[in-house]
Amino acid sequence: MATACCWDCRGLLLSSYRAVLRSKEGCSLSNHPVVDAAGVEVVILFLFSHTQGVKKPYKEVIDICWGDAHSGGTKPLTFVRQVIAVCIYPELLQETTIAPDVKERARRLLRECPGGSVGKYCGIPFVQDGVCEFISKRDGGVPISPLHTGSPVQFVLKLLVHGKGLAQTGVLTPIPCYPTFVMGLTELGAAMVPYYLCEDDGWCLHVEELRRALATSRSHCNPRILYVINPGNPTGHVQSRESIEEVIRFAAEEELFIFADEVYQDMMYAEGSQFVSYKKVLFEMGPQYSNTVELASFHSVSKGIMGECGLRCGYVELVNLDPSVKQSVTSAFNTERNTAVIGQIALNIMVDPPKPGDPSYPTFSQVSLHTVEALPGTSFQAGSGGIYAYLRLDLPQKALLQAKEEGTDPDLMYCSRLLEEEGVCLVVGKEHGQQEGTYHIRICIGTTSTRLKEVLRRLKSFHLRFLNEFS
Amino acid sequence: MSRDRTHILPCCQGAVTQRCCQPALWKMTENCFMHHRTKVLTIDTMNPNVKKVEYAVRGPIVQRAVQIEKELKAGAKKPFSEVIRANIGDAHAMGQRPITFFRQVLALCSYPELLEGNEFPEDAKERARRILQACGGGSIGAYSASQGIECVRQDVARYIQERDGGIPCNPDNIYLSTGASDAIVTILKLLVCGEGRNRTGVMIPIPQYPLYSAALADLGAVQIEYYLDEENCWSLDVSELRRALVAAQQHCSPRALCIINPGNPTGQVQSRQCIEDVIRFAAEEHLFLMADEVYQDNVYAEGCEFHSFKKVLFEMGPEYSDTVELVSFHSTSKCYMGECGFRGGYMEVINMDPDVKVQLTKLVSVRLCPPVPGQALLDVVVNPPRPGEPSFNTYIKERTSTLQVLAEKAWLTEEVFNTVPGITCNPVQGAMYSFPRISLPERAIQQAKEKGQAPDMFYCMKLLEETGICLVPGSGFGQREGTYHFRMTILPPTDKLKIVLEKVKQFHQSFTQQYS
Repeated sequence: MATACCWDCRGLLLSSYRAVLRSKEGCSLSNHPVVDAAGVEVVILFLFSHTQGVKKPYKEVIDICWGDAHSGGTKPLTFVRQVIAVCIYPELLQETTIAPDVKERARRLLRECPGGSVGKYCGIPFVQDGVCEFISKRDGGVPISPLHTGSPVQFVLKLLVHGKGLAQTGVLTPIPCYPTFVMGLTELGAAMVPYYLCEDDGWCLHVEELRRALATSRSHCNPRILYVINPGNPTGHVQSRESIEEVIRFAAEEELFIFADEVYQDMMYAEGSQFVSYKKVLFEMGPQYSNTVELASFHSVSKGIMGECGLRCGYVELVNLDPSVKQSVTSAFNTERNTAVIGQIALNIMVDPPKPGDPSYPTFSQVSLHTVEALPGTSFQAGSGGIYAYLRLDLPQKALLQAKEEGTDPDLMYCSRLLEEEGVCLVVGKEHGQQEGTYHIRICIGTTSTRLKEVLRRLKSFHLRFLNEFS
Repeated sequence: MSRDRTHILPCCQGAVTQRCCQPALWKMTENCFMHHRTKVLTIDTMNPNVKKVEYAVRGPIVQRAVQIEKELKAGAKKPFSEVIRANIGDAHAMGQRPITFFRQVLALCSYPELLEGNEFPEDAKERARRILQACGGGSIGAYSASQGIECVRQDVARYIQERDGGIPCNPDNIYLSTGASDAIVTILKLLVCGEGRNRTGVMIPIPQYPLYSAALADLGAVQIEYYLDEENCWSLDVSELRRALVAAQQHCSPRALCIINPGNPTGQVQSRQCIEDVIRFAAEEHLFLMADEVYQDNVYAEGCEFHSFKKVLFEMGPEYSDTVELVSFHSTSKCYMGECGFRGGYMEVINMDPDVKVQLTKLVSVRLCPPVPGQALLDVVVNPPRPGEPSFNTYIKERTSTLQVLAEKAWLTEEVFNTVPGITCNPVQGAMYSFPRISLPERAIQQAKEKGQAPDMFYCMKLLEETGICLVPGSGFGQREGTYHFRMTILPPTDKLKIVLEKVKQFHQSFTQQYS
């Protein structure tokens, strides 16, 4: 069983320590979001030692945990920010330095806001229309279903999750998975039903494993949702069309609602790899499936080339929703109201970016992602998409024993030392869930090449020393 | 080809038929057998709490209003040329101008290259730089700490301290949120537990802002209603609190008491004495106080003053200030800012159990962080231009003017409504709404019942169809049995508001006549 361990957050402690750290000179740690339990432990250990006035061989801690492009030094896209600035302060329409396509987009958006202000409550139909068109183009003209903007995953989960005991809604969840999703399940009272991605097979999804997980879960809950992340987080695995078809067939047979988290769909880096959406595949499987299988497909402005995590905006498209629930869903959505208008502006640009010929097109460019080579004593199933590298650590027996003596997990010990000795903060595999006896680390590769090079240099240096020490 | 499902419903046993109890689920397959797949999400298998959720402010009447707008756009002929959305407290949508300074700082934060130019005053630039320095990678597009950007929380704490005459405020007790609604729901999540007689009960005012009833339905908490006193300007009477509490103790475990001050929809501004009484009551009865204070700058009536719950609590001495658990909510959506679309807000937690606080911090991290532009806006709202700074004069002028116009419209609304036989309107002491009481003829009430509609919904629907004015019926907020109200915002521009008031007046008169 995976170590579905403490998904607790001890951020309060962290921010106190961070405050202490910031008061020390010679080391900077930018304002990062609260990390999960293992990460917190790592940082706390580090910060504690730092407050003792210990000198370090590095000036700056590099936090490469988060899928947060801007924190990682990637610059926001000019077009996006100019449009937002003009929408916020329309007096900028008089500015000569701002390109005409920026002004045109801003004017269009402001026209769609009653009162001509982005200070109004959310829900700009024009933005929704743009999303519909984007999906339609992406999937080659298949019909569009209802969709919404906002914090989509929790919203849709809430529609489905209820019950206790045997009736408790179960959610088939990939292992590894990102921690806040699992925390969200706990919060809503859903039962997490883990299914293991196959590391030896490039982290792909085997339907037999889905079947196994489902069968075992029926003894303690009511599994109704099948959650897939494609491209994967943290694995970077991109599902083939055949794999997606298999999953859809499985969901149809077993009456499961598919949640397809596709937020990394624009981040494809392997030569020849291609993203195909669950919706497109579903519709190309014919009416037996396309008229019946319920699917929620998610996207967001947080990842992708814009990387606007802080704006908190995304959408969900709900496919084959039963007519009896449509009214309730609309009502529930109208009560939510959590999407900032600024986020919707970013969403509009994401689905309708500058085109070739537009003045802003040349600067609206793709983020280049960099791959990571495996180090000795690690193995790496290179993904084809997403923004993370997920390395497996083959830790020597001596290291495992040392960890046991220290009363900690081996990968946590590894990461704590990495942070101490090299000032690099990674995500411990424990937080994603992993097969017993395996250890991993996650690195965000959606960052500047300089920063990533530095991280890899420090990691390599540490790793070789570590292997040496415990050989 | 994979296994087909051949679930034939009992009514169709052995027969292939075109018609069935659930026609939508019957599909033809290639070999022409009718079979159906049960949907995973149906009205019966849906989370039952979600079904119970109603939010009148955007409910069926608004959906009809949207439809009518579409019909008008398509060229339909109606006795009016536009729909007036006086249903929702959305100031900018009704033409209120944003505060220039705030928008300047936000524009600078969004596109920092503007810091190099000459279009913006130095005080705006200084604040933008400070905010950006506190953001990951210097960008508002980066995640922030889940509790909110630290320097913003510090600024909020300073603002509260100044507002409350120097009573200390610890930034660690400040949690930034996605509007106040998000924070309110978060606290309710912490509070709601137990089964049966131990199920959490939450006291809410009637009339109330329907976010509360929606959240309580969603969380499966018990709603404990206490009535505000319409005869006394919607004031709160502690004996009524007591009555409601005692009745509730029979079937649930009352844990929290929610107050909205200034009130929504009622607009009443609680007196200091009243606030003390409520605090004392909460202390005696061991209740967690939730003070929704988002309209704290919207106070218009002569002799009325906003008193923050925290200030009063601390002035009552340590017997109360050391013990009573209080959370106070505020946001950037109302007051003179009206920036609903930015989703800026915060809560201050006072005397919260430290273990619970850890859980709260964990809970807010599930959503990662509140929208960063909203946090930036909140920062500049609590840290506006000071006397002597370049933008001060314009800021003060805009702020004063906005609040003054609202005050005039509040008074105008009360005045006009009280000239209409059959409408009585309490003074709009604060907030953004009038909540007049309407008397309805018996025949109208009967017709409404026949239609399965609440009588004030029937009234408001007719009003919408005949005048294009969209209000929210009082039944959406709660009211005493046998009384009827509607909520109308005071937000339309003054000229338009005058017309709206006149139209409502005329409609009421003709409606009364029609159904007499």
